[in-house]
Amino acid sequence: MAKQRNIEILVGAFMAAGFVALFFLAMQVSNLSLAGMDEGYRLTARFANVGSLKARAPVTMAGVRIGRVEAVDFDPRAFEAVVTLRIDPAVDSIPMDTFANVFTSGLLGEQYIALDPGGSPDVLVDGDEIMHTQSAMILEQMIGQFLFSKASGDG
Amino acid sequence: MLLDPLARLGRSGLDVLARFGRGHQLLLAMVLGVGEVLRRPRLLIAQVYNVGVLSMLIVGVSGLFVGMVLALQGHYVLARFGAAESLGLMVAASLVRELGPVVTALLVAGRAGSALTAEIGLMKATEQLAGLELMAVDPVRRILVPRLFGGVLAMPLLAAIFSAVGVLGGYFVGVGLLGVDAGAFWSQMQAAMDVREDVVNGVIKSLVFGVVVTWIALFQGYDCSPTSAGVSRATTRTVVHGALAVLGLDFVLTALMFGG
Repeated sequence: MAKQRNIEILVGAFMAAGFVALFFLAMQVSNLSLAGMDEGYRLTARFANVGSLKARAPVTMAGVRIGRVEAVDFDPRAFEAVVTLRIDPAVDSIPMDTFANVFTSGLLGEQYIALDPGGSPDVLVDGDEIMHTQSAMILEQMIGQFLFSKASGDG
Repeated sequence: MLLDPLARLGRSGLDVLARFGRGHQLLLAMVLGVGEVLRRPRLLIAQVYNVGVLSMLIVGVSGLFVGMVLALQGHYVLARFGAAESLGLMVAASLVRELGPVVTALLVAGRAGSALTAEIGLMKATEQLAGLELMAVDPVRRILVPRLFGGVLAMPLLAAIFSAVGVLGGYFVGVGLLGVDAGAFWSQMQAAMDVREDVVNGVIKSLVFGVVVTWIALFQGYDCSPTSAGVSRATTRTVVHGALAVLGLDFVLTALMFGG
């Protein structure tokens, strides 16, 4: 009976170690925040070009993450990208005339949305659309423009 | 006769198909016998001990070294591109998504799967299984079912231990030895890893591997020819087929999970 008990204790220790490892992977490695993605309110923004922006990309203001991109859809009538943002409910006073930019972290890094606050006293609420947007900088286009202006400047 | 080679080819083809069929019959019988482990949890605990606890040492040590090697090799490449801070992400992503489930399944196939096959095969060779049947005890339910579910339960936990120990090993080498910033190591990892996308998919993978590896091991033992040569052949087949099945399935699962 003592042997059976020892086995049970060891199995218990094994299972506890396994669950601790899973917990570690969930919390420390992938940083599961208990306030999940469903928290927060939605804003939309239309861009002429979002580059390679993807769902779950960060939304930042002053460089601090305040939300995530929930979805990137295409509007087939206006030929525009419609980006749905999930904003942290604690950030509840984003002015109406805020500017949304698609930026790249580093030269070749991931793309994210940076919000540049405006000065309007009216604030954006759930479901509102950010009117002022600036498209992603496409590296190839910039190089092309640079070369073009260089060539025309020389000539 | 002229047609003899053709007949031999046909017979071996039919043999393979028949073994395939018996394997699936056995799996179905074992899944239907799940009630046995609920009725006698002691049997399950003993098998979790056999597969899980006894494999913990090799899985933990392998995880540590795999994580450390990943950090060394990853640092060499990433430092060339000035991206050494992404080391944590590289180590964690490769461990949680791929190496954790796959290497654990290969280790378990070699360490516990071969033991299972030899055990069942010897039970068959010494007619213990037939003896159980004479006593009106179904050997599939009494012997095989607890082993299958023990393996399925132990595999994801072992894979999680492997990945967690590996990440820590990568941390020791990356931060302690190679001087990567500790904050960047964790924050880059946490920014890019996702619970559902990465951790849960890894667990699903190792669950599938748990079923496949244990099933192959049990079937090879149950289906072996009851001689010492037969048991030895079956043990070899368990490791070879188990490893092939894990690697092949890993490609399919990866394509399904991350390919789209």
